[in-house]
Amino acid sequence: MISLNVNGKAHQLDADPEMPLLWALRDLLGLTGTKYGCGQALCGACTVHLDGEAVRSCVTPLSRAAHGKVTTIEGLQNRVLQDAWCDLAVPQCGFCQAGQLMTAAALLGETPQPSDDEIDLSMAGNLCRCGTYSRIRAAIKRAAGAR
Amino acid sequence: MLRREFVGGLLVAVAGRALADEPTGASPKKPKLRDEALKERSEGLRPNVFVHVSSDGKVTLVNHRSEMGQGVRSTIPALLADELGANLDRVEIEQADGDKKYGDQNTDGSNSIRGEYDDLRAAAATAREMLIAAAAKRWHVSAGSLTAHDHAVWNGSRSLGFGELANAAGKLPVPKPGSVKLRPRAEMKHVFRDLPLVDARPIATGAAQFGADVRLDGMLIAVIARPPVVGGKVVRVDDGKALAVPGVKQVIRMPEPKPPWKFQPWGGVAVLATNTWAAMRGCQALHVEWDHGPNAAYDSQEYAAQLSRAVHQPGHAARNAGDVETALAHAAKTVEAEYHVPHLAHVSMEPPAAIARFEDGKCEIWAATQNPQDARKQAAETLGIDESQVASHVTFLGGAFGRKSKADFVAEAAYLAREARAPVRVQWTREDDLRHDYYNTVNTQLLTAALDASGKVTAWRQRTAFPPIGTTFSDVKGPGAGDLQQGVTDLPLAIPNVRAETCDAAAHVRIGWLRSVYNIFHGFSAGSFMDEIAHARGKDPRENLLELFGPARIVSLQELGVEKLRNYGATLDKHPIDTGRLRGVIERVTEMARWSDRGGRALGLAAHRSFLTYVAVVVSVKKDRLGKIAVDEAWLAADAGTVVNTERARSQMEGAVIFGMSHAFFGGATMKAGVTEQSNFDTYRLVRIPQAPRAVHVEILESDGPPGGIGEPGVPPVAPAIANAIFALTGQRIRTLPLMLAGVV
Repeated sequence: MISLNVNGKAHQLDADPEMPLLWALRDLLGLTGTKYGCGQALCGACTVHLDGEAVRSCVTPLSRAAHGKVTTIEGLQNRVLQDAWCDLAVPQCGFCQAGQLMTAAALLGETPQPSDDEIDLSMAGNLCRCGTYSRIRAAIKRAAGAR
Repeated sequence: MLRREFVGGLLVAVAGRALADEPTGASPKKPKLRDEALKERSEGLRPNVFVHVSSDGKVTLVNHRSEMGQGVRSTIPALLADELGANLDRVEIEQADGDKKYGDQNTDGSNSIRGEYDDLRAAAATAREMLIAAAAKRWHVSAGSLTAHDHAVWNGSRSLGFGELANAAGKLPVPKPGSVKLRPRAEMKHVFRDLPLVDARPIATGAAQFGADVRLDGMLIAVIARPPVVGGKVVRVDDGKALAVPGVKQVIRMPEPKPPWKFQPWGGVAVLATNTWAAMRGCQALHVEWDHGPNAAYDSQEYAAQLSRAVHQPGHAARNAGDVETALAHAAKTVEAEYHVPHLAHVSMEPPAAIARFEDGKCEIWAATQNPQDARKQAAETLGIDESQVASHVTFLGGAFGRKSKADFVAEAAYLAREARAPVRVQWTREDDLRHDYYNTVNTQLLTAALDASGKVTAWRQRTAFPPIGTTFSDVKGPGAGDLQQGVTDLPLAIPNVRAETCDAAAHVRIGWLRSVYNIFHGFSAGSFMDEIAHARGKDPRENLLELFGPARIVSLQELGVEKLRNYGATLDKHPIDTGRLRGVIERVTEMARWSDRGGRALGLAAHRSFLTYVAVVVSVKKDRLGKIAVDEAWLAADAGTVVNTERARSQMEGAVIFGMSHAFFGGATMKAGVTEQSNFDTYRLVRIPQAPRAVHVEILESDGPPGGIGEPGVPPVAPAIANAIFALTGQRIRTLPLMLAGVV
């Protein structure tokens, strides 16, 4: 059994410790807000927080996640950032946006007033096929300004 | 305020009525079937399938198209609500299941508004007229003196709420479809401007349900090893190691498809497990021996050389005005250039996924599909049952761009649900998605222009070679008139001698439509070639472009040199080829970009009409610290006629700039020995945020003309504008995409 703390709730999972956190969240816990896009940490759609840091859950084995606190989009408590996302109508198809928000929240946690270059550097691992990048930048800046 | 009210009414209907009562936990209740849900609507007013007014005043409006990022759920219901006179905070959006009663549901061809605008408004106007008739009867006045707005019918300052009138209105005869009057534009309260994005909040909180997010009790997850080459077959399978993976429950052989491929399941071997990871590992552990079949010789590089040879020979005439060959023979100067655009992949962020349940001879489907009616059809054909025995529910699409209008992945799920005797989710991996796509076709073109002694352009000859989408459905040999309307036969040119020819080309992969389709490469070649002509003439590219498109006019079939034009299914009376509108977007975008005052900036310009909408793009490029090309700013002007939701129109155009940039910079699926060489985002690259322009300026021109398309027309002018800007910066003309092959990005 693996103990996993997700969004403040403790779970006991009967699962292979090598199973990526992504599939434990989605298939075992029913937390489907975290998305599968590539399976190789190339697109960022699966981004969650492990002890406050943005990690790609598709390549994070349960054995590693078990030692920390996991936060998913369902548990993200950054109303300012999420409001900025809605106010600027950032999403198009929406599929990558949970990962975008989790990466952006981690960035703002570390760098409350990021520059354009800092935003680009932090968000470079999160793909958006619909092309919402300019609104993502604007929403991060709006959230930063609202602090 | 508007946003909050509208969202409040919508959260329940995120992924279809049948799932409305489902919690997002691990063990959902059995979804409610459609007929049960409809029984609750027997009261009130329901004059057609799009509108229901309940006696408690709740208005339910149906969105019958799929939400794939274009914002259709934020647009169609608002259009219906305005025509009806309903308050948005009392509107609930119902996502339609796949059912022919809604008319065409294929979310495709940038057609949801341009194709349905009048009919949708008439559906809502019918309900409004019936509510007014009920009020007139109640008040003993003539209907002509009454108005409907703010969720009520009004006689001066007296009013009756829609809810109070619903049951009485529901007993009145439904007016004939042609007899209802649409509101004048000024009476429409919310549309024709920015509308709130109704699904923003569920997306920003992770609640929105996409294709792979539907969970059923006892569901198995299937990952399929498909033949690596189109038309390949399984010779032998050793599934011992796959079945030994913990969690793997079954291994099932898929049916073998027969040509033409259409939307049949692709074949191969499926591994079914209790979780996705086990299914993926099980699939990797399979040992399959394949017979790759006749397409194993396909080499896309060799094929490009074949296409190149083809365009250097005369082809089949597709368009002819004047006498191009004589004009070329007498030219003072000729300009000639060959362009190549490779196969392109869709790579929507969510790989295809579908869920199916098969019980008592009936099949129920949940899928990220652009076409829920065809999903039913494909499932029914695969199972050998009647379509009436299949129900299909639509989730959010997670990106689609044309890929998810092909229901092969839905048919796979239906087949496996029956064979496995359990509900099944078919999960495509990213590798599956890139290797087994319905690729946008591959194209080579040769363009030749004649200039006379004064530098005037006297002839334009365009030869285009590509295997068309029709090869997926029949044994056609080359492009037809329906394919060439996308940027060849519909291209307005104020040049006396114009000819277009096509060359035969066989298909060796599954070919399908990708956002903007053939316009991608026809727009690239024509947009680049016009710029080449400008430089050959020593003219400013903008002046040259305006001269080649010519004065503002309605272009006749005779001038185009064709007998007829499909024109995206619209009549030329309603949607003529109007060079005035093309000039309008060029003039506006060059003002926005300060083209005449560009100083040291390297700007590139291109313009293209597609899906009945006119778009012009300017980009500015620079060299970055490593000497690579970067697009630092982009401007786009679009004339799409009447635009219902200006905010989503702008967002689609912003996205089109990035989508077009990805094609231009990195796009290209290549095949060796029939196998696609790219398999994930490391080898099929997309533009990332550091490469995105720091500013993208979009302007939607105001118009009260009939609506054109929005989702696709922004893409075609982007790649040629970039290539033209690179030429302005470096003097290097790049005619083969992607640009990375030339080492410049």
